[in-house]
Amino acid sequence: MKSAIQTFLSKGPPDEVAIAAFLKAHTFPIVEGRQATFVYHGAADAVNLRHWVFGLASSQSFERVPTTNLWHHTLEIPPQSRVEYKLEIHQAGHRQWIQDPLNSNLAHDPFGANSVCHGQGYERPDWTEPDPDARKGSLKEMLFSQTTLGGPRRVSVYLPARFRETRRYPLLIVHDGGDYMRYASLQTVLDNLIHRLEVAPLVVALTHPGDRLGEYPNHPGHAAFIAEQLLPEMQAKFPLYEAPASRCLMGASFGGVAALSTAWRYPGVFGRLLLQSGSFAFTDIGESKRGPTFAKVVDFINAFRDRPGKPSEKVYLSCGTYESLIYENRTMVPVLQGTGMDVRYEEARDGHNWENWRDRLRSGLSWLFPGPLWMVYE
Amino acid sequence: MTVGMLLGPQRLHPIVGEALELLKVDPADGRKIAAITAGWQEREAEDQELCAALGNRSVNLMLHARGEAVFRDDPDFFAAHRAKQDRLRSLQDLYRLRLASTLKAARRVQQATAPRDLIESELEESLQALRLLDAHHVAKVRQIEEDFDRRTKPLQRLSVRRQLAEIDAILAECSAVAIAGGHVAVLYNRMRMFDLKSRLAERPEVPIMAWSAGAMVVSDRIVLFHDSPPQGRGNAELLANGLGLFPGVVVLPHARRRLLLHDHARISVFARRHATAACFALDDRCWLRFDGARWFSGPNTFQLCSDGQLITTTPAAP
Repeated sequence: MKSAIQTFLSKGPPDEVAIAAFLKAHTFPIVEGRQATFVYHGAADAVNLRHWVFGLASSQSFERVPTTNLWHHTLEIPPQSRVEYKLEIHQAGHRQWIQDPLNSNLAHDPFGANSVCHGQGYERPDWTEPDPDARKGSLKEMLFSQTTLGGPRRVSVYLPARFRETRRYPLLIVHDGGDYMRYASLQTVLDNLIHRLEVAPLVVALTHPGDRLGEYPNHPGHAAFIAEQLLPEMQAKFPLYEAPASRCLMGASFGGVAALSTAWRYPGVFGRLLLQSGSFAFTDIGESKRGPTFAKVVDFINAFRDRPGKPSEKVYLSCGTYESLIYENRTMVPVLQGTGMDVRYEEARDGHNWENWRDRLRSGLSWLFPGPLWMVYE
Repeated sequence: MTVGMLLGPQRLHPIVGEALELLKVDPADGRKIAAITAGWQEREAEDQELCAALGNRSVNLMLHARGEAVFRDDPDFFAAHRAKQDRLRSLQDLYRLRLASTLKAARRVQQATAPRDLIESELEESLQALRLLDAHHVAKVRQIEEDFDRRTKPLQRLSVRRQLAEIDAILAECSAVAIAGGHVAVLYNRMRMFDLKSRLAERPEVPIMAWSAGAMVVSDRIVLFHDSPPQGRGNAELLANGLGLFPGVVVLPHARRRLLLHDHARISVFARRHATAACFALDDRCWLRFDGARWFSGPNTFQLCSDGQLITTTPAAP
């Protein structure tokens, strides 16, 4: 069966009127089964698709429709995929990365925004969208004027709707908490999942890093800040359960390394870990090819793999199959299982990005902190 | 013996009015209906719809608020209660660990490829192991609760007695009791705290209507269940023995939503595991009526059978 672009082009060279009609008739990229066709309409010397799917060439050339400014490229996108991308436009000796002008679907991150292609069957989970019926939790700010990291540090605290001083709550400590709130809709997700009784009402400490690449890979000052300053302060200020099973460290990417290394340095303190796309680079022999940024990570993960101990009790791990870190995360699963911890591992056809981490929050949080759904029969 | 009705969820399709008629509660006798909505926790007092459904003659016993008042007035009792709850939570976690492997073994035996007679005998042994585990668990729960009662003597504490006096005064004026659903453990704890089991059993002439979590609490055993929660397939588990006011049944509110009723193998294990009781799906508009000796069921009320089928029937008298 011919694709939409093939059908369109089979009628002969299109004129501008035909192109305009074609663009109006479709949403882009055009997803047909496992194929996605990306289209660009505009003056250019060359157009490339730039994406972050590990395993595919990261730059893919568009083909120009002769005598027109219409460019297209078809790529295999398996069902349920989410692929973030930009278009690279070459013109008059310059090149520019832009969002796809024909696709309004964007994903934001600290570096800006990318266009997003949804493979067949992918739908944004409804629990990530604001629900008018879900009561909102509240946010407070805490300031630590002096920390083991050498300076002041701000921590935001999420309190669930209907928070009561007379109740007790589990504690979730989230690395890069501000980014999780901005780019992974964390507050909306918490409000919704707690409202739906799928996740227990939680008190959440959202940390804001300084130099995260320096602080996160097994930094003693960072671990001490979390375990010896933040945790006691949270316990003093809020009604929290004291059992390790009611304390969770969470993080993505380098934040996952920070969560794991903190638990490793303080075994038995944090009974739950939620690690998303952890940057768990290691070497079996020789040097890591990931460069100096990862040097401390590799040292830590190698040490962890040698002597993992039992840093926690229950670990949820997730990774996108389009990430370069998929090998490291898959490899981490038997290492964690070997410690006797209860491990749940989940993969998704997605990349190293905040919406991938957002979409896994329900399965991670509901497994680590199941809500009262089990107990409520209205 | 207590008489009354166990109903399905009442929020969307209330049948409490019809239930009052079936129970022959005279709407013109001028007496009140005691409502227990402690399962709604802090929303306990938001009972306007329920009041309307009960003919605007209900009086809420406010067991949740009374419990909070007791905890406020009696910090030692509150601390002991929390310690007990922590211990019960730990026990439940340990029970879950054992349950997961025991239940998995039963299901694997059930699905094994082997001569039918061997599968059946080994499955029965596996189910017996499940029943023993369940029985052990509820015995341990009861032991923790009795230890707590022995140490703290709730019914002799001033903080509790003050509330009991008011509760008794309200109950004395009521011709029926309505127990709503909600958080089953909270409801169970509050009804235990104020000794509702004895108080209701002492008034056999006062019929009880209970639905959803309320129905679970007044029956013999409280079975928690959900086949497809977001964290993965769940294993039905016992929370505790119920108050035992309505014997011989396990009630399963929202069964269509919470149970894979088409999975005959799963339903068969469920029904056989609880074989000493009859398991009933209590969905919207469903009901069971107990006259003190015999059970009667509504037309859409299904029993889970040992062969995995659902049937409509009148359950046998316990």
